Amino acid sequence: MGNDKTDAESILLQYYKRNIRYILRKPAQEWSCHAAFFFMKAHSCSLTAACLFPVCASAAAAAAMALLKTSRFISSVGSLTPSLATLPIRASSWWTEVQMGPPDPILGVTEAYKRDTNSKKMNLGVGAYRDDNGKPYVLNCVRKAEDLIASKMLDKEYLAIGGLGDFSKACAELALGPDSEVLKSKRSITVQTISGTGSLRIGANFLSRFHTAAKDVYLPKPSWGNHTPIFRDAGMQLKAYRYYDPATCGFDFTGALDDISKIPEHSIIMLHACAHNPTGVDPRPEQWKELSAVIKKKKLLVFFDMAYQGFASGDIDRDAWAVRYFIDQGHNVLLSQSFAKNMGLYGERVGGFTVVCADAEEAKRVESQLKILIRPIYSNPPMNGARIASTILNTPELRSTWLEEVKGMADRIIKMREMLVTNLKNEGSTHNWQHVIDQIGMFCFTGLKPEQVERLTKEFSVYMTKDGRISVAGVTSGNVGYLAHAIHQVTK
Amino acid sequence: MSIFGEVPQAVPVAVFKLSADFREDQNPSKVNLGVGAYRTDEGQPWVLPVVRKVEKMIADDHSLNHEYLPILGLPEFRSSSSKIALGEDSPAIKDNRVGAVQCLGGTGALKIGAEFLRRWYNGTDNTKTPVYVSAPTWENHNAVFSNAGFEDIRPYKYWDAAKRGLNLEGFLGDLESAPDHSIFVLHACAHNPTGTDPTQDQWKQIADVMKRKSLFAFFDSAYQGFASGNLDKDAWAVRYFVSQGFELFCAQSFSKNFGLYNERVGNLTVVAKDQDNLTRVLSQMEKIVRITWSNPPSQGARLVAITLNTPELFAEWKDNVKTMADRVLLMRAQLKEKLKALGTPGTWEHITEQIGMFSFTGLNPKQVEYLVKEKHIYLMASGRINMCGLTTKNIDYVAESIHEAVTTVQ
Repeated sequence: MGNDKTDAESILLQYYKRNIRYILRKPAQEWSCHAAFFFMKAHSCSLTAACLFPVCASAAAAAAMALLKTSRFISSVGSLTPSLATLPIRASSWWTEVQMGPPDPILGVTEAYKRDTNSKKMNLGVGAYRDDNGKPYVLNCVRKAEDLIASKMLDKEYLAIGGLGDFSKACAELALGPDSEVLKSKRSITVQTISGTGSLRIGANFLSRFHTAAKDVYLPKPSWGNHTPIFRDAGMQLKAYRYYDPATCGFDFTGALDDISKIPEHSIIMLHACAHNPTGVDPRPEQWKELSAVIKKKKLLVFFDMAYQGFASGDIDRDAWAVRYFIDQGHNVLLSQSFAKNMGLYGERVGGFTVVCADAEEAKRVESQLKILIRPIYSNPPMNGARIASTILNTPELRSTWLEEVKGMADRIIKMREMLVTNLKNEGSTHNWQHVIDQIGMFCFTGLKPEQVERLTKEFSVYMTKDGRISVAGVTSGNVGYLAHAIHQVTK
Repeated sequence: MSIFGEVPQAVPVAVFKLSADFREDQNPSKVNLGVGAYRTDEGQPWVLPVVRKVEKMIADDHSLNHEYLPILGLPEFRSSSSKIALGEDSPAIKDNRVGAVQCLGGTGALKIGAEFLRRWYNGTDNTKTPVYVSAPTWENHNAVFSNAGFEDIRPYKYWDAAKRGLNLEGFLGDLESAPDHSIFVLHACAHNPTGTDPTQDQWKQIADVMKRKSLFAFFDSAYQGFASGNLDKDAWAVRYFVSQGFELFCAQSFSKNFGLYNERVGNLTVVAKDQDNLTRVLSQMEKIVRITWSNPPSQGARLVAITLNTPELFAEWKDNVKTMADRVLLMRAQLKEKLKALGTPGTWEHITEQIGMFSFTGLNPKQVEYLVKEKHIYLMASGRINMCGLTTKNIDYVAESIHEAVTTVQ
């Protein structure tokens, strides 16, 4: 079947062409073996210029990546990378053209943190609550609910497509309030979803299929990183309105009003109900009122993302105020809820998606279509977490325990914010850190620049995302002093 | 004027509507032969004893919490599940070219696989690649692939209504005439809804054509262990394809064989040519997962992982599975005997020849309607019955009713 050496070379050439980015992302030791070898036996190759310069500035590496023509090279490289050695033997894979997906920016932070051996290291990337010992916290009401559930010896029969009825009902009531006119008139539908992400995805799919008036979704700038790919994959177009003001580390109210007033009618606008992710910057009630008026004037469709109800201020009604106000003002909103953070049910994937409709009849039609959307994704949702959440919400004693615990978590976060600022002042920092206290919820947009973040990581083993966002949940009374010290060092 | 004013009322999913109708029926003789879930001889759902045991272990272990799983799922679940499908000693696993994605049930596994194939198979974003599903097949297959963006979903001949068996010639013919690189959704065992599986020899013929024409094998394995009672036997087809060098997907469900229906426990096993390709494939699947459900639910996966990785529990599980499979086999044998004893016209050998939870009775829509309306016996319009719905207490009633339907309704 032809010249084996030539076949092997061309396969090798293809391999490098396709995988150069992937190879260069591997630990330096591994690819530099390739590089060193090539460098010693360098031949020029048209592959080099095309592939390398955008990726790697190093001239040595560029020269080194030139391909060899000796079979000795091929077998030597083969010994470094076993899969290469098999290339001439096996037929090529169907997946040869599949590119390496970029690593998740937030997971990457945790991975690097895990590898760090510094005893003082801090992981401020994680979007999960930690107690004052830096440990995950399983709520007491959750444990109690689990015991209750276990004693019932329930079966494991499929849930309905829309999920556990008791859960959906309680989920809607939690958001809209027990006296909600919407609930009384049954003009909304709430389905159980795979936490917040699953809820947003169903919502995005629903809009894509049925919101024929417009395909544009306006996100605040910035927004949760996953919003964009979710809506885009569902077939929506993404746009933005001003939100965060880096000058004040606060809300760009005039910017937001200005941008929103220019949004074409019937577009969809995404609002974070409370504890904006990633900035922690929320509008004040008077500001929400003005936003509602402008949004109503422009006839925009409101999609609330509420992932932190109870977690922001410690008060579930206060945190849901914006949602309830908008509904009172006549906005028939879409709403995504998550119980990942406020009940600590992260991995159980508990969430809800609600559509407020014109009337009960419309709600029934919308419900039927939501089921059609859900069925080909996962058929019906998982029971465990929804059962826990439902038990908590529907058992008075557990519900009050939960309210206390969620307030406890929110209070600890607020305390850490205050302690961080106090410690920064004690360190001698002259910067204005008021925003750390003004911002709300799990996250804080510190205002730190990428170079400062890099120094924090390299010199102090403090891990956060490049945008300067920290998860305050990762701060404890034990490490807040160290954090303040580190931040001061890179900002003074 | 509502923006949703034009949203039409969707037709309810048939199998769930059937269950809903059954629930509302007040007739004391009613029998539910519809939805595919196991029932005991008392007609009750059955939580496997090993599941209760492991649940308690999990509940008592206060070192466990509810933190997020990785995007691709619980590692020990993924690897042990793939081992179940491919075999403990699978050479592909030894070659480090098998990976997996924990998904929400078998449906979720099909979904992630379909989304990946649409984006990266046979070119990039090639929505025109034909996807073949058996005629008939599980009704959700179509929707999974079309929602993933595939424009061309076609049936391949499978069920021979006349001889109530596999239409091998038609199947092979459709494989031959399929455009190269087409995707074929294959039922690993216990075909849903017909209960008719190819023999080993027939699988070999199927694999031959598929290899020659570079057709993609996407196995749907929802009943491993449940079909014959033996895990390895039920996985023969998948393992054969792997041994023939196929790169393939296998969507595994633990809904039935673990009885964990509502915990949504599934696994998409990926077999690639080598670790390199596998790594890149998984990295792209991770991106798809992230915008669909971010990360999968923890409870069911933990349960399965502990069971599969603990020898005594694993043995107990296999035993529980055999219990279920044996009861189904018993009901098959008894139903056939009773129909023969009644002299019901037609041949009923297919009841015991078919395998798994379902039987394609061969009853026509009118006869089905008769059974539902007059006899309060609920089954799918296709004539599919869930053998698990039969018990020693209702089997006479069902046999007699089928006899009536066949003799009085044409």
